[in-house]
Amino acid sequence: MIPTIPQSRPFRFAYSAYVVLFFVYLALPLFVVTVFAFNDSQFPSLPWEGFTWNWFFGDAAPMIGVFHERPILRAIGTSAFVGLTVSLLSVAVGVSNAFLFTRHKFPGRGLLYILMLLPLVIPGIVLGISMLVFSSTVANSIWDSMKWDLEVLRPGLTLVILGQFSFIATIATLVISARLQKFDQSLEEAALNLGATRLTAVRTITIPYLAPAMIGAFVVAFLMSFENFNTTLMLVGSDAPLTIAMFDRLKEGSTPLLNAVSLLLMLGSSCLALVMIAFQRRD
Amino acid sequence: MTPDLQCIDLTKRFGDTTAVSDVSFSVPPGSFFSILGPSGCGKTTIMRMIAGFLAPTSGDILIKGKSVLDVAPNRRPVNMVFQHLALFPMMNVADNIGYGLRRAGLPKRDITRKVGEVLERIGLPEIGRRRVDELSGGQKQRVAIARCMVLEPDLLLLDEPLGALDLKLRERMKIELKALQADFDTTFVYITHDQSEALVMSDQIAVMNQGRFEQMGTARDLYYRPETPFVAGFVGDSNRWSGRIERSDGGVLELRTEIGLLIRGTAQGRALGGGQSADIFVRPEAIRLSRKETELTSLDNHLKGHVTSLLFNAAASRVLVRDEGSAGEIEVALPQSGEFDDLAKGDVVHIGWSGEQANCFAAGAE
Amino acid sequence: MRDGTRLGFILLLTPLLLWLSLLIIIPHIDMFLVSLRERVGVGKYEISPANYLTFLQEPLYLWTFMRTAVMSVLATLITLIVGFPVAYYIAKMAKGRIQSLLFLLCLVPFWVSELVRTFGWMILLRETGVISSLLQYLGLIHGPVEMLYNDAAIMIGLVYTSMLFMVVPLISTLGSLDDAVIEAGYDLGGSGPSILWEIIIPHAMPGIVSGCIVVFMLSLGNYLTPTMLGGKDSLWFTELIYSQFIVRFNWELGAAFGFVLLILSSFIVWATLRLTGQTLEKTMG
Repeated sequence: MIPTIPQSRPFRFAYSAYVVLFFVYLALPLFVVTVFAFNDSQFPSLPWEGFTWNWFFGDAAPMIGVFHERPILRAIGTSAFVGLTVSLLSVAVGVSNAFLFTRHKFPGRGLLYILMLLPLVIPGIVLGISMLVFSSTVANSIWDSMKWDLEVLRPGLTLVILGQFSFIATIATLVISARLQKFDQSLEEAALNLGATRLTAVRTITIPYLAPAMIGAFVVAFLMSFENFNTTLMLVGSDAPLTIAMFDRLKEGSTPLLNAVSLLLMLGSSCLALVMIAFQRRD
Repeated sequence: MTPDLQCIDLTKRFGDTTAVSDVSFSVPPGSFFSILGPSGCGKTTIMRMIAGFLAPTSGDILIKGKSVLDVAPNRRPVNMVFQHLALFPMMNVADNIGYGLRRAGLPKRDITRKVGEVLERIGLPEIGRRRVDELSGGQKQRVAIARCMVLEPDLLLLDEPLGALDLKLRERMKIELKALQADFDTTFVYITHDQSEALVMSDQIAVMNQGRFEQMGTARDLYYRPETPFVAGFVGDSNRWSGRIERSDGGVLELRTEIGLLIRGTAQGRALGGGQSADIFVRPEAIRLSRKETELTSLDNHLKGHVTSLLFNAAASRVLVRDEGSAGEIEVALPQSGEFDDLAKGDVVHIGWSGEQANCFAAGAE
Repeated sequence: MRDGTRLGFILLLTPLLLWLSLLIIIPHIDMFLVSLRERVGVGKYEISPANYLTFLQEPLYLWTFMRTAVMSVLATLITLIVGFPVAYYIAKMAKGRIQSLLFLLCLVPFWVSELVRTFGWMILLRETGVISSLLQYLGLIHGPVEMLYNDAAIMIGLVYTSMLFMVVPLISTLGSLDDAVIEAGYDLGGSGPSILWEIIIPHAMPGIVSGCIVVFMLSLGNYLTPTMLGGKDSLWFTELIYSQFIVRFNWELGAAFGFVLLILSSFIVWATLRLTGQTLEKTMG
């Protein structure tokens, strides 16, 4: 079952056909989403009514395109803001954790490592509600004792950011640790030997070495934040990120506007992914 | 007697490159046959064709007189010891060795017995329950061989199995492998790029280069009577000069090298005439070293020089001697009889060798 | 430890401890405490297992819970069975450029939001959707057929959404299997199925386990796919949690549901690791 082992023709054919079918299955939903973004109709379904750009650039009802639809544009802005904040926080904490776990041996290290992995095996919705419950407990007790109403602890962007950060930080930690483990520590020792201080050595040698992983972690974190649904759903306030805004619209019934937004999302994330791959290649 | 393995005009092309070109040979039963060549010469390709993991472009492979081209690898009566041994890490030693027997559908009792016997035979009776990664390098080696031998194949293929071992262990395993081969009385086909492995163990060696067999013969044949410049250069060490033949007289040649050295040599029956460009090979251990010129006058070639370098390496020690006339540097074996213990850099020495020891090949024959 | 190292160590430890304690551990403890509260009057609570009793005594809740668990296990198995041959093909059959291309193609759908993917399936499966129209056009059916809002649709969506998380770990473990080991199996007389069973699957076990754990978690905690593809009656446990929190504003019961879900997922992860002799560090780290 590897190329060097002779296989019967029908078997090879069936196997290849299966793989092709699999990729058709993968591509199908994305393909129809794309196609119907250009359908000159109120509904993203057959029959095909002709090609139009209106769902992108249209500015008159009933076909208002993405670029003239203020709520959608605002939701994209919100998502981008949340995504950038979460990615920055996650990469920062990820680098710190990576150094902690690869460079230090201390009692309780194993336990902390397992705790660090836990967010990956907690369902997203549970992460969301636990955060919701806890923040309101804190907010209520602050209100009870000091009569301050802390708006940040009520459902809203701060909680969304914290909620997403709580598990994306684990992923950033894993990505960055993986690279730090491969780092040859004698390079740092060489820098020390050549007169660098410990901090300079890390800044000039180790951090540049980690850069591809940090960029990779940043992009992955951004994508995960941008498309996160479960955790965000429980913590969202009045400013809805894009996925929530689209979900609300989808419940009311879909127009090809959603296809157009989806297509833009696909293009955006593909570009990001390509940038990331290019970075990893150059390394 | 039918040979155990016979390859007839075996050729393998990958696209435009020819990896193996018209190779024919046969291996008699019970012998140890080696294919020796640099990496990329096509020896692994031959082995993989015999095992069935590659189909030849043309030619035939016969095992015990029957063509096996249409036989799938899992049905061929050959087994292979892989380069990195490919022991199954998910099984213990006994399950590794019993794997082929289970595939053959033997009853459990017989498998246990046979595995026990073969472990006994390789001198590791107690390790059946161990995990593969708990074994030492030499033990893994023996288990890999046992895993094949328990199936009593007509032919055992070994793909540079000693490559991963450290030097001392490799030396020991050479002897052990030869002993195992004699003990199991099975035909071994062994490929390696390490000449000493091939020379020590083999009954017959084929030297391979760029997809072709350069020469086939015993270890002594290859060393004493190389038939091509490649073999002369690849098997053992040589001083090598290029030059032009000035005189050819009944097999005795005189060659003027590019740096102006005049050397007497022999063509070993190869056609070489005056005026032709040629390469000449002289082994460092064929050169006599002396402090007195008179001891060397009987030799066809003798010259005077001074020591530029002493490369001490125990039994394989060398002296680099710079010839006074041409300023060419010649590598000479340092005799370890005690005579030259005090030889130092700058000392004046005489060196000489007989024309018989200077092998001449037409230039560009490689 | 020298003073400098000690200070560095503390500086590195602080963010980790803050993150884990404030965002993970304490919130879950708090959620557990809330789930143990019973409202006895306005603003008055007592500690009691009442919420858990409600969960156990109300057949709809229990049924939804069981159904979610079983469907998630099923989705995990289907994902494994569908994904394994493809992962194997990419890891072992394809070579060079084709290999990287196929791998990238596998990743593409997962760069886009789950919402978009689900939306795609809705366009395909619904009554006025592409597949129904196509089948009518071909004359295979008469009149539109609703293919959305049933368990099969949920299953298709779950498998689709989780595929990446199965295929990627499988590709990486299968890729680390030396071709020579498979060849050795053949050379010693093994056939396709026996090599698959005795060599390939045991080798791929860590990848299978980590893929299964992640896919199971994602299915169990999924809200979007069951809601959109399964419709109102999809009876997914996360929908109960959502409605207790957001619609009914009964946080106590919602927290109890959340905790039950957490227990189930932890138990299944623990049991899978235990049964296959793997550890969380090895499969996730």
